[in-house]
Amino acid sequence: MIDKIVQSMADLMAGIKDGAVVLLGGFGSVGQPNALIDGLIEQGATNLTVACNNAGAGHTGLARLMELGRVSRIVCSFPRSSDPVVFETLYRAGKIELEIVPQGTLAERMRAAGAGVPAFFTATGVGTKMAVGKEHREIGGRTYILEQALKGDVGLVEAWEADRWGNLTYKQAGRNFNPIVAMASALTLVQTQHIRELGAIDPDHVVTPGIFVDRVLHVPYGDPSGF
Amino acid sequence: MSATAAFKPFSRPQMAQRAAADIPEGWYVNLGIGIPTMISDYVPMDREVIFHSENGVLGMGPAPEKDKIEPWLINAGKQYVTLRAGGSYCHHADSFSMIRGGHLDLCVLGAFQVADNGDIANWATSENDTAPAVGGAMDLAAGAKRLWVLMEHTTKDGTPKLVNACTYPLTAPGAVKRIYTNLATLDVTDRGFVVLGMAPGLTFETLQLHTEAKLHRPA
Repeated sequence: MIDKIVQSMADLMAGIKDGAVVLLGGFGSVGQPNALIDGLIEQGATNLTVACNNAGAGHTGLARLMELGRVSRIVCSFPRSSDPVVFETLYRAGKIELEIVPQGTLAERMRAAGAGVPAFFTATGVGTKMAVGKEHREIGGRTYILEQALKGDVGLVEAWEADRWGNLTYKQAGRNFNPIVAMASALTLVQTQHIRELGAIDPDHVVTPGIFVDRVLHVPYGDPSGF
Repeated sequence: MSATAAFKPFSRPQMAQRAAADIPEGWYVNLGIGIPTMISDYVPMDREVIFHSENGVLGMGPAPEKDKIEPWLINAGKQYVTLRAGGSYCHHADSFSMIRGGHLDLCVLGAFQVADNGDIANWATSENDTAPAVGGAMDLAAGAKRLWVLMEHTTKDGTPKLVNACTYPLTAPGAVKRIYTNLATLDVTDRGFVVLGMAPGLTFETLQLHTEAKLHRPA
């Protein structure tokens, strides 16, 4: 019997290595797998590269992971937030490396990784700082730059519902990066609000099929405004 | 003196209202954070314009009443919004496929500078910005079918924002088609900036004094 549901955070986080590339779902706090970030803090892996849209706020979650010196590099589109003090402090001190990526390029780099596409051409960033040092190609009269797929060693995902095969649904705009993080990561770890019996999620409503998911933990935490 | 003659700049709501009036029914539209977000307040619900938000919301409605907030339903500015009937959610790569694949009829962004060749600079004010943050601006500028800009005509100290060449880092080259400012509405054409309309009491000559790039009258 396939059962991807684990009973503890320690079981969920087992095997994450120092130096791992960690992809994070979420857009701000919505859809962000906060319990899993806390689990990663507890687990102890360090020298991490973290890729997600934002660079944390306040002193909890991702900001806490960075504050503890565990993140050496962040790949994101928008490191500013209502309270970016941790990131800003580390960045100014030269203690964290920043790779700034246009949001759509970030998403597409994850999807490409999940789809076995090693790199792709895009018009986004052509003629800007983002294009410096990148291969340019004219296709059909327009200039594009080559962007590399972004593969995760580990992906942290927040779902709304999950079953023991790892089929997932999401809640409203909480979907955001989560499905592409799931498909782009070698080890996809999920926190879910609700566990459903196998077959109880309407197959027409499954957003992430279980093939993209490795382990699931039931974390009925409430809503994103609670963080 | 004509240069100091009294004129009345448009207010921010008036700027948003002017842009909103030019959006026809049926368009799929992404509104940037800041003043452009106000545009949706001036598009009546019975004129069906479909608003897109980068974080996977298509068919976005107005802000919810306080007791009807959905904690997972936010826009790209991380404000609570609603979904109107017919709206849908998608993941980030699909949401940006709508942008990058040329499916959006219009994007309206704010800007620091726009040049008369359509170059836009709206994401960083210096080459050594402490924490550059680009978000989806480059995708939107390069990918939408048309890009409009909604911004003040000058900076607070009077420095023109409509320039011969952007001095700030570019968001995209040659992307802007139209600009709505507190002083005027302008199209970006092969000739450069063409003035379509001005604030009440403003003369073409005075508008030129507030603009670095050369202005043109409609042909």
